[in-house]
Amino acid sequence: MSKILVCLKRVIDYNVRVRVKPDGTGVMTDGVKMSINPFDEIALEEALRIKEKGGASEVIVASIGPNDTQQQLRTGLAMGADRAILVPADGVVEPLAAARIFLKLIEKEAPTIVLMGKQAIDDDNGQTGQMLAALWNRPQATFASKIELEGGKARVTREVDTGLETIEVDLPAVFTTDLRLNEPRYVKLPDIMKAKKKPLDTVAIGDLGVNVAAAFRTTKFEPPPARSKGIMVKDVSELVAALKQKGVL
Amino acid sequence: MTKILIIGEHSGGKLNQSTAKCVSAAATIAGAQIDIALFATDASAAATQAAALKGVNKVIKVENPANAEPLAAVIAPQVAELAAGYTHVFGPSTTFGKDLTPRVAALLGVGQISDIMAAESSHRFRRPIYAGNAIVTVEAPQDQKVVVTIRVASFQPAPAGGSASIESATVSAALPTHTRFVSRSAAQSGRPDLQTATRVVSGGRAMGSSDNFKILEKLADKIGAAVGASRAAVDSGYAPNELQVGQTGKIIAPELYMAFGISGAIQHLTGIKDARTIVAVNKDSEAPIFEVADVGLVGDLFTVVPELEKIL
Repeated sequence: MSKILVCLKRVIDYNVRVRVKPDGTGVMTDGVKMSINPFDEIALEEALRIKEKGGASEVIVASIGPNDTQQQLRTGLAMGADRAILVPADGVVEPLAAARIFLKLIEKEAPTIVLMGKQAIDDDNGQTGQMLAALWNRPQATFASKIELEGGKARVTREVDTGLETIEVDLPAVFTTDLRLNEPRYVKLPDIMKAKKKPLDTVAIGDLGVNVAAAFRTTKFEPPPARSKGIMVKDVSELVAALKQKGVL
Repeated sequence: MTKILIIGEHSGGKLNQSTAKCVSAAATIAGAQIDIALFATDASAAATQAAALKGVNKVIKVENPANAEPLAAVIAPQVAELAAGYTHVFGPSTTFGKDLTPRVAALLGVGQISDIMAAESSHRFRRPIYAGNAIVTVEAPQDQKVVVTIRVASFQPAPAGGSASIESATVSAALPTHTRFVSRSAAQSGRPDLQTATRVVSGGRAMGSSDNFKILEKLADKIGAAVGASRAAVDSGYAPNELQVGQTGKIIAPELYMAFGISGAIQHLTGIKDARTIVAVNKDSEAPIFEVADVGLVGDLFTVVPELEKIL
């Protein structure tokens, strides 16, 4: 039976207001809550639903990141993944390097379906899935809001600028998830206990033979320019007057 | 010399404005030669429009029945082959470009800089991260091709006035058949396109239902605006996905953005930051949307919207 590989990224939690360090060398991460990238959580939920419907025999969660990423992988196991793989890495791993690492895991695990979020909410790059599909020489179905499997094929509805687009891809393939694909389940306490016994393997980058040296150099972090303080109006006629004065109506 | 290949976006014989914005972005790099590639069954109409953009050197038509639909897996190897004579490849950060460009970069064996808002030089760019909470300056290595996507809200479309040559090219790359187009559905509203509209009227969770969105649509039609929505409104089923404005939806830069019943989550604000004037109407005077609004009104949208529609 087929396996599903879900790629997870550890990111600053969705609800944290991210601030740039005063010296412009990065963003403040000390004591900040970390979570699974929300889009990747949707990817995992989809994988679990596919397995529960009999479409796969095993769900593997994999991540590249610092050792603390074990927390997010344990959360993935508590949600229902069968086992986890951590590729420890400190510092930035660019999307192309991440895709090369995941390709190595694919070569070993031979999944039929690879799922991940359409973007990570930290770097907002939105590249890894497409790059992985290219390196693997397999189809990609990005921004998925519906995935229907049938035999060796998948029919995927994608959220595009003009509305919805449906494509058909042969498996194996890479899918990246959009917001409306599903609503991830909550983790229950007994599942957290069970997850502690599930296997979490570590694979060293060195053993995979992938060069993860950064190609790009980030020279500066700046806060976004602030918008100047606006005015409050009392009623609709004042509102219209203010907009006419600004010349936008 | 900087030679930039822009992946042109088009549908139904019409060039998407995102392409003209890519040209503007490319033109900010001094001395750049700017070519546009168009992939289609018949690219002639879009090619004529692309050739008329100011600053364009050459338009390359790659016509093939396999290019009837913009499938990334099919188009990427063709772009990668054409890229051989170029130092840069630019794609738009629309869903078309976001889908395709990283696949091109990987085939070229290089990384990508996504969503650039400015080019400081041929190899140094500025882009937002963390939903726009930080702006980074990124330098690409000199000894590799530079692949970027252009944040369309950050650039004005290139004006007309060009007279580029139009050529046809054939590519030898093997095109996969593992990915097939099935269908596309889009509501035809007759309103301006959300991404290029000068005015946008937008609703949030407080709209309460898709039926209630009709009052916004009436107001939009009155002032020639596009209709947008917050993620909360789309998730609740009040508005279709293509109307979503924000970090994971559309990033827009209209002259006027009117937010009704939108609280102003940071992920939404990142999508409207470049709007010239932001209007917020919300019952909750503490709503974060008021922190970025140029004009704020604390009030019930269900009385404000009809009143506005009547006055305007």
